Amino acid sequence: MAGEPLLKVQGVETYYGNIRALAGVDISVDKGEIVSLIGANGAGKSTLMMTICGSPQARVGSVIFDGEDITRLPTHLIARKRIAQSPEGRRIFPRMTVFENLQMGAGLDNLKFFNEDVEKIFTLFPRLKERQSQRGGTLSGGEQQMLSIGRALMARPKLLLLDEPSLGLAPLIVKGIFAAIKKLNQEEGLTVFLVEQNAFAALKLSDRAYVMVNGKVTMSGSGKELLANPEVRAAYLEGGRH
Amino acid sequence: MEYFIQQLINGLTLGSIYGLVAIGYTMVYGIIGMINFAHGDIFMLGGFAALIVFLIVTTFFAGIPVALILLIMIVVGMLVTGLWNWTIERIAYRPLRGSFRLAPLITAIGMSIVLSNFIQVTQGPRNKPIPPLVTDVYHLGGLTISLKQILIVVITSVLLFAFWYIVNRTPLGRAQRATEQDRKMAALLGVDVDKTISITFIMGAALAAVAGAMYLMYYGVASFNDGFIPGVKAFTAAVLGGIGSLPGAVLGGLLIGLIESLWSAYFSIAYKDVATFAILAFVLIFKPTGILGRPEVEKV
Repeated sequence: MAGEPLLKVQGVETYYGNIRALAGVDISVDKGEIVSLIGANGAGKSTLMMTICGSPQARVGSVIFDGEDITRLPTHLIARKRIAQSPEGRRIFPRMTVFENLQMGAGLDNLKFFNEDVEKIFTLFPRLKERQSQRGGTLSGGEQQMLSIGRALMARPKLLLLDEPSLGLAPLIVKGIFAAIKKLNQEEGLTVFLVEQNAFAALKLSDRAYVMVNGKVTMSGSGKELLANPEVRAAYLEGGRH
Repeated sequence: MEYFIQQLINGLTLGSIYGLVAIGYTMVYGIIGMINFAHGDIFMLGGFAALIVFLIVTTFFAGIPVALILLIMIVVGMLVTGLWNWTIERIAYRPLRGSFRLAPLITAIGMSIVLSNFIQVTQGPRNKPIPPLVTDVYHLGGLTISLKQILIVVITSVLLFAFWYIVNRTPLGRAQRATEQDRKMAALLGVDVDKTISITFIMGAALAAVAGAMYLMYYGVASFNDGFIPGVKAFTAAVLGGIGSLPGAVLGGLLIGLIESLWSAYFSIAYKDVATFAILAFVLIFKPTGILGRPEVEKV
């Protein structure tokens, strides 16, 4: 792909107090790609997602988005560059309705495209339409996941960050969510960077992938390559969840 | 019976004022989880701002209609208290936001002492009287209702409606509620959390300023000490209604106003403050979440 990648993470180190969670991470995501990051619990995947959004900020290294250094920007200004995240734990606003949660997602444009976009979300996730006046905290896990992704999409993102979209969900729902991601990528050219423990599904979905161990990227390649790689198979696929 | 209804009217008036102040306590608690103990003094400051405006306006612009004087008192009071509350949030609370929970609370008490002493030194320790502004009184059967009571209840109702609308129906209100529920997620969605918190402090102060001006109009005196007893009563109202809950603050304010009036009428006026603060103690012991409050731990 010609030109600069959309997102470029260079030598990023992130600390929680004195504990180093990311030990020099390099990652790039091109426009229109689906890139996934796989790795075990505690490898630093979610930390990387949050570091891209400036919360916490990287202590060393830089995050370049669309040719601009966003490493030191406050989180809300990074969001305004159209990086939307469906974060770990989904973080639905529990005492707001589903509809209001979606409105929060569209806050960047002052709801200018809200009516148009919310219909798309409701087509993608019809369950949300049924539940629209229900409070976020009363939704089931799968519905919360849909809402979290829907809310991120409402921002009309240039880059969508998904942190474990399959966590704790029934396989059928995971399939639906992954199909939805694929569809958005193919039809609208949406760029997606996702973290997954469900390595098999993630690798099948992705153009490229990175493997993270103890705060470092240890392997990278196309989804197919990594699926075929014996080390990856042994560590993340065989005996793992499919 | 008439006596009882008369006391209800008096209680409702007083309760409106407490309710307006209680909203400031409850909003700030909702959004950053701290009790702004300087809020009672913000209310007192609003009274003094109104007093000074009143003196200036009546001295230099004699003959201005009373309604206009009241309006200027309230608007100037809102600006002064808004600026003050914004400033203390900025310099005294924000730097402590990541600190342990007790730190901002202690600072707030410090800010309260600063403000009441500042007013005591600059305005003097004595009660400051003003001539009655609104004197019309209506008689309905055996009941006496003064125009100022009607004004207080009407202004409070209008403000509450405006306030309810802002919080529940506008992007600003959504940002405030989002910040209250999950600050980090709000930032991830592009909400400027610091600005939202600042606006919340300004809004709370503005309501307290209106309450301060109405308190001055109702009783005709202002004292540097008003931030303490009426301030703590408003805090009691917020706790009784359920701290963090906006309808709770209004409900708590009305209840405290009613209890105070009825207690003064039927028992002992000297012990009315004891009655109010006994309620604070009982609520904290038996139902710390208040009437409309939600439990601290919520299953999500």
